[in-house]
Amino acid sequence: MSTTSVLGGSVRRREDPALIRGKGRFVDDIKLAGTTHVAFVRSPFAHAKINSIDASAAMEMEGVIAIYTADDVRHLGLLLAQVAIGRLRPLLADGVVKHAGEAVAMVVAENRYLAQDAADAVEVDYEPMKAIVDIKEAASDKAMVHEELESNTLITWEAGPWGNEEGIAATKEKIAEAKKRDDIVTVSMEMKNQRLIPTAIEPRAVIADWNDGYGRMTVYSSTQIPHALAGAIAKTFGLAANAVDVIAPEVGGGFGAKLNVYADEMLVSFASMQLGRPVKYTESRRESPYNTIQGRGWVATATITGTKDGEVLAFELDGLADMGAYTQNFTVAIPFLGTFVGSGQYKFPTHWKIGCVTTHTMTTDAYRGAGRPEAIYYLERILDAYAREIEMDLAEVKLKNFIPESDFPGAVAPIGFQFDTGAYQTNLKALTDSAEYSELKSLRDKARAEGRHVGLGLSSYVEVCGFGPSALSGLGFSWTTYGLPSAFSGSGLVRINGDASVTVIIGTGPSGQGHETTWAQLVAGQLGIDYEKVRVTHGNTAESPMGIGTFGSRSAAVDGAASYEAALKVKAKAAQIAAHILEASADDIEFSDGSAHVAGSPDKSVSWEDIVTSAYHPHMLPEGMEGGLEAHSVFSPANATWPFGAHAALVEVDPETGFTQLLRYVTMDDCGNVISPMIVDGQIHGGLAQGISQAMFEDAIYDEEGNLLTSSLVDYPLPTAQDLPSFNLSRTVTPSDVNPLGVKGIGEAGTIGSAQTVVNAAVDALYDLGVRHIDMPLRSRRVWQAIQDARS
Amino acid sequence: MFPRKFDYVAPSSLDETVDALKGAGFAKVMSGGMSLLPLMKLRLVSPELVVDIGRIPGLDQISEEGDMLTIGALVRHYQTAGSEKVPAALAAAAAYTGDVQVRNRGTTVGAVVHGDLAADQPAAVLALGGVIVVQGPNGVREIPATDFFVDTLTTAIEPDEVATAIKVPKGGSSAYDKLGRRGGHTDYAVAGAAAWVKKDNGNITECRVALTGVAGRPTLAEGTAEAMVGTDGSAGAIAEAASKAADGVSVLEDLYGSEEYKAHLATVYAKRALTLALNE
Amino acid sequence: MTVNDRSVSGDIDPRTLLVHFIRENLNLTGTHIGCETSYCGACTVMFDGRTVKSCTVLAVAADGATITTIEGLAKNGQLHAVQEGFWERHGLQCGFCTPGMIMAAVGLLEENNNPSEDEIRHGIEGNLCRCTGYHNIVKAIEYAGAKLRGEEPPPAEWEVSA
Repeated sequence: MSTTSVLGGSVRRREDPALIRGKGRFVDDIKLAGTTHVAFVRSPFAHAKINSIDASAAMEMEGVIAIYTADDVRHLGLLLAQVAIGRLRPLLADGVVKHAGEAVAMVVAENRYLAQDAADAVEVDYEPMKAIVDIKEAASDKAMVHEELESNTLITWEAGPWGNEEGIAATKEKIAEAKKRDDIVTVSMEMKNQRLIPTAIEPRAVIADWNDGYGRMTVYSSTQIPHALAGAIAKTFGLAANAVDVIAPEVGGGFGAKLNVYADEMLVSFASMQLGRPVKYTESRRESPYNTIQGRGWVATATITGTKDGEVLAFELDGLADMGAYTQNFTVAIPFLGTFVGSGQYKFPTHWKIGCVTTHTMTTDAYRGAGRPEAIYYLERILDAYAREIEMDLAEVKLKNFIPESDFPGAVAPIGFQFDTGAYQTNLKALTDSAEYSELKSLRDKARAEGRHVGLGLSSYVEVCGFGPSALSGLGFSWTTYGLPSAFSGSGLVRINGDASVTVIIGTGPSGQGHETTWAQLVAGQLGIDYEKVRVTHGNTAESPMGIGTFGSRSAAVDGAASYEAALKVKAKAAQIAAHILEASADDIEFSDGSAHVAGSPDKSVSWEDIVTSAYHPHMLPEGMEGGLEAHSVFSPANATWPFGAHAALVEVDPETGFTQLLRYVTMDDCGNVISPMIVDGQIHGGLAQGISQAMFEDAIYDEEGNLLTSSLVDYPLPTAQDLPSFNLSRTVTPSDVNPLGVKGIGEAGTIGSAQTVVNAAVDALYDLGVRHIDMPLRSRRVWQAIQDARS
Repeated sequence: MFPRKFDYVAPSSLDETVDALKGAGFAKVMSGGMSLLPLMKLRLVSPELVVDIGRIPGLDQISEEGDMLTIGALVRHYQTAGSEKVPAALAAAAAYTGDVQVRNRGTTVGAVVHGDLAADQPAAVLALGGVIVVQGPNGVREIPATDFFVDTLTTAIEPDEVATAIKVPKGGSSAYDKLGRRGGHTDYAVAGAAAWVKKDNGNITECRVALTGVAGRPTLAEGTAEAMVGTDGSAGAIAEAASKAADGVSVLEDLYGSEEYKAHLATVYAKRALTLALNE
Repeated sequence: MTVNDRSVSGDIDPRTLLVHFIRENLNLTGTHIGCETSYCGACTVMFDGRTVKSCTVLAVAADGATITTIEGLAKNGQLHAVQEGFWERHGLQCGFCTPGMIMAAVGLLEENNNPSEDEIRHGIEGNLCRCTGYHNIVKAIEYAGAKLRGEEPPPAEWEVSA
């Protein structure tokens, strides 16, 4: 494994001492005096008219304080969404339910047991109606999911040079020439990218505490986007932006599911204003899939037309993505994110078309990777099928079709977006030339000689993250929906305290990424102050600078860069103060070991304590300098970042049962510069587990009536430690040129790179039996069935 | 997440337990609670009375008496899994039940009495020819496993009875194998089989094979057992006998397997369990 | 019952789950709730010396029992070897599953302080983690095992490769 640590190095995490002692504070751990508790009445039907709701008996039950229905909250309007295409969600079902588990009424009681007892006693008279669950059926528009919409297809994202006349003509000409030479192969497959339930181990939780004395709302929420939530609550209730404080304490995993504003967050705020008491709601695991967004849910046909020697002439993707019933934060924008990487790392012409279809199911939105795993899955699966069809090594096909390294930086993908930096050939070769990869090949060959069905899968990816450029708001992404002034910029504030300790306040809301550690490393390194003296705080909107949140692998590249630049500002000012004290030139001031030194004169130094003392005694400062020693920076990069990589997997299939096991997993990722190898590797491990889990285990299954059959962990199997191997990670380093750290982002790469790698390996294991594709997840029954189908 | 209200008693003897159950309305006996409590938390089962037998002394023993082994109602899965006295099929089934924490708390008798169609230990008890000992207002009776499993989550135990032990005969050799939902031996069984065989002079004289996860209840694969008897237990004989495992069994489909697949797995796991048993 | 060496009592509704008694009555919020089907293991505590999932135990059934929660693991301010291992080997990210995972690992190492990788993976099968892919959790438990055996733990992967 090669690692390059230009900025930090691996240090034990700052976050851990509390968490390993059981002292970490998550939302459900917070108890405010007088707290009331919520349980929701949820629809057992996916589509039904609500004839009546009778809460009279429930209201009489022990401990019940209030029961609210749509009549009580209609005046607050619909739940705000950033890309408001489709039907927005009512806070409580209003006359009709559109997905199973939709909240119909909210019970507030003295404790959770009593709240649930009363929720069970609320009588709702439903008139079930036909549910539209299948996306192809929905796309046919034979029946409408929402009567008021003209089509169930909310929007179709289409991109690629096949979309313009010149591109079409050039591609057609090439195909015609190849046909004339009888040198043409077309491979086409319809494949599913199944719906997933993100399943952070911490269920979402929220507490709202309205104080009408202060006229202020304090909300504790398990959210990735505290500032957006504060803005949404302020807008919904007509409060000033500074009258709502959102606090995201420890957040127990997010993965995109907490990158959303939820109806329950508005409802507990409403109830707290009504009751004058804190109101708390903690999801149960069982209701979470009905209440928190799901992800993926695509079906699409991928087609490659190419020559027999591996030159791809055209790639086409045509499919549908399931949006669920209601549009939330990013819903319809998720497939659009896929278009960014629709042509992958390749130079071949691409035509990409995905229809966003509404159905009577739970809303989909961002889940780790969000559009990019789907896009890369289709592209890399069909490329693997093409390579097998022409009997050429997949790596060779890739090398032949990659965008050449000479086009970087700033190469433009056929689909139309500009990259930052890239070195795809170098990266792929680093994997395929590695000892680890050779070992996989020899293990496979040895197993095959023993008659075992072992397969080796390879794939590579480019992804887009680190959002990003403020100009993105021009594409329809805009946090102004939630009242925020910011598009996607990052921010950080660095303050030197009187004892020369440092406080860094950031606007993001981490959920396990180790920001308190990494940011402290960044700032400590710049200031020459001991890492142990730097504290990073986050997650309280009243205290932190404007920030968007932790998602889309953006934090280091955007908010990290902002904190870094803030540290540089502080350092520049401190250098001037030190120069003034030491009667030297600011250019000669260097910082290390907690002091400023004059270069070349080791005995001339001044401590940070003395510098900060001067800073707050303006008469001691150079003339004209303002007092204080803190700085705030806002960073907006010129472009997103584009990490890439190549992965390989070894799987074994027991053809008698279909049981498929992942034996080995090897990666060669490139996320630019690395601040902490320890944390970066941890992000890759977790990302891999989720991509592998999509390939092998997880599947959100709805029946024809729209009931979710997999709402508990009994029926939605997540991998345990027994189901995964240890991973073998390596990396190449191609620094980004769009931020001062040269970092790219690593939160999603593992997920984006892995699902197709595992499926490619399973197909390799069973190719001799005639298997050409198996839809995910590779559960025993599906794999066995694929073998039977291939045999018959 | 939160069970409905119920009354709770923790008797200190089996007689007190039977008294508590008498005329109690909807009562449930709880030992480890690993099967009962999840259902109560999801409010799928809401008894008026929970009778917790966890404090009754003497039920946590595995004891031998003549040809029979008795497993008391408070013997935890980990004890069953780790005991050298327990026949291999039942020990393996206990080892493959739940996870570490569940095995530390849940009981073998509880898992059998719960009667889940995809549980491990019921099939092992059935293949071993075990009996379930129950005590009620009319005293103690022994129900053969073959009569015990009526349907999914339904057994021959009466509402006013408590299971006090399971008895399994010693002798012969046995094994259990399964395909878990995530593959391997993890989680509930997509399908599994327990096999028990007795050999004399190189020939199989007695055999029982029981399936789990395949039908609505743990079910004997009678065709397989009959076909095994009289053979030498060779790989060929096993393969032929195992191919009859699903004959006459009404196979149920679920999220983890179609009818065709489960019927196929019945034959695969009958074969694997028999092979393991004969190599024990 | 005795919780973390302290005798505690309370008058409770029989339906109160042990995890709620620990979190709500005793204010020991380190024991977490991640599911209701005894699958995730975030609520794992020691019950009379063996690990159990406290979301699937009635508090009344623990009357008289000896319970250890994550808060009771460190003694005299000294971290347990497993806690140290998780810190040293980056065995946690969001930290939500961590208390239950640590308790499961303690249970495993009390039975076998020199487990193989397979034995470690099998020993924590009842605990779900969504962040780490288990890779560094395995390393953390290997570290703790070495400490408990009085051996020098193997170096961290990032130390080897840096």
